[in-house]
Amino acid sequence: MSKLIYLDNAATTKVHPEVVEAMLPYFQEDYGNPSSPYSFASKSKKAVEDARAVIADFIGAKPNEIYFTGGGSESDNWALKATAFAYRNKGNHIITSKIEHHAILHTCEYLEKNGFEVTYLDVDEDGVIRLDDLKQAIRPTTILISVMFANNEIGTIEPIQEIGEIAKEHGILFHTDAVQAYGHLPINVDELHIDMLSASAHKINGPKGIGIMYLRNSVKIGSLLHGGAQERSRRAGTHNVPGIVGFGKATQIARETMAERNQYETELRDYLIHQILDMVPYARLNGHPTKRLSNNANISFEFIEGESLLILLDQKGICASSGSACTSGSLDPSHVLLAIGLPHEKAHGSLRMTLSEDITREDIDFVIENVKANVERLRSMSPLYEDFVKKNQ
Amino acid sequence: MEYSEKVMDHFNNPRNVGEIEDASGVGTVGNAKCGDIMRMYLDIDDNQVIRDCKFKTFGCGAAVATSSMATELVIGKTVQEALEVTNVAVMEALDGLPPVKVHCSLLAEEAIHAALWDYAEKNGIKIEGLDKPKADIHDEE
Repeated sequence: MSKLIYLDNAATTKVHPEVVEAMLPYFQEDYGNPSSPYSFASKSKKAVEDARAVIADFIGAKPNEIYFTGGGSESDNWALKATAFAYRNKGNHIITSKIEHHAILHTCEYLEKNGFEVTYLDVDEDGVIRLDDLKQAIRPTTILISVMFANNEIGTIEPIQEIGEIAKEHGILFHTDAVQAYGHLPINVDELHIDMLSASAHKINGPKGIGIMYLRNSVKIGSLLHGGAQERSRRAGTHNVPGIVGFGKATQIARETMAERNQYETELRDYLIHQILDMVPYARLNGHPTKRLSNNANISFEFIEGESLLILLDQKGICASSGSACTSGSLDPSHVLLAIGLPHEKAHGSLRMTLSEDITREDIDFVIENVKANVERLRSMSPLYEDFVKKNQ
Repeated sequence: MEYSEKVMDHFNNPRNVGEIEDASGVGTVGNAKCGDIMRMYLDIDDNQVIRDCKFKTFGCGAAVATSSMATELVIGKTVQEALEVTNVAVMEALDGLPPVKVHCSLLAEEAIHAALWDYAEKNGIKIEGLDKPKADIHDEE
């Protein structure tokens, strides 16, 4: 096996060594439960509150508006279910988009089965929601708008500030799933009029299994998890102290490195995209060309299927992902790629590569060379390509 | 993906990829919507023995591997014997497939049947036990 080239940083990231170091004391030395009254536990309690302050400051929130959860999916579930339940006397309508993560979409489907109505906004060919559609979707019974900050598959960044303004004008709560954006883009919850926000540590070189929900103090929703009095009685369960400490440290590092990292990754990303589009015919970029996450490249190759390409790249030590049905465990390809208007066969042939600052120009050249060679190889075996060539002879 | 060594071998070194000019029978099954299309070419001699079989496949690793294995299993067999190359036979020859990939082996069986059907139609003969294949790509359009 050649050197590992990890291009799946939207799936998860390597934990930063300084994050690991910051977490270690809370496993065997200061392992006290922050909810315990004795002085031994005060160190872990302080560590939790320090991390909370770092995270709150990073998104322009107050520390008591940050709640630690088990991750992005829990935060999404909490925001949607608890808002639906708390505001059901006001209305039963929720607006979201067709390109949300399944943590949002499947929660919405669950709510639909329980008497709520959900509007799934279309997106344009770049994956951006249309603000006019949003305005038109608003009803007197609308209680929540939930639109993701940036898309996990195609990297498109949504017009969050404009959505926030529309929500505010209409007195509707606004939640954003910022799992892919947190640590990659500047976020200020007041400027953007965000009432609730989900984020996760493991997407920003932090540990897995720890997330946050930002919950504006004026929002009165109940708990998702009931039990002990942790997190001001709004999220039960013993604090994951090492995880919380790791999330705080990862946030601090992400904040310090954000500008430089974005610049580095954007250059590398655009080089990767342009080289592939130049060298491989019948390929297209998915997602917005500029309003996209700095580390996301998503390209569809006609006439081939994504899983085959992933296996071939894997043999060269390249880790990437695809929106093909075969990688999703269903018969349909990615809902995001279908929502931006890709026909099924092009959606099956998509390749997502998400970079990190560890990736070098040499790595990218190796990736480009192997993507080109393996797309050609699969096309030479493809009946779709055979038909296409014969038709154009 | 949890593929057996044999599946990986047939994916990495697929046997009999390509086309046969003036093939005795050609069958294409599956559809692009689901992400799997298989095309089988058969070269059948006057004694109804399959002299050669080639394939082209658009699909996942399992789709390529099952196509490749199916061509190996039918070459040298008579038309009647080839009908007994079922999806189970293809799977067993590959040391199994992950449950979500079983449909790929069904597609391989269908592709062979579709090519045999084409051969039978071209020659005005009836192959006992062969029904008109159902999963033709054009049925979906």
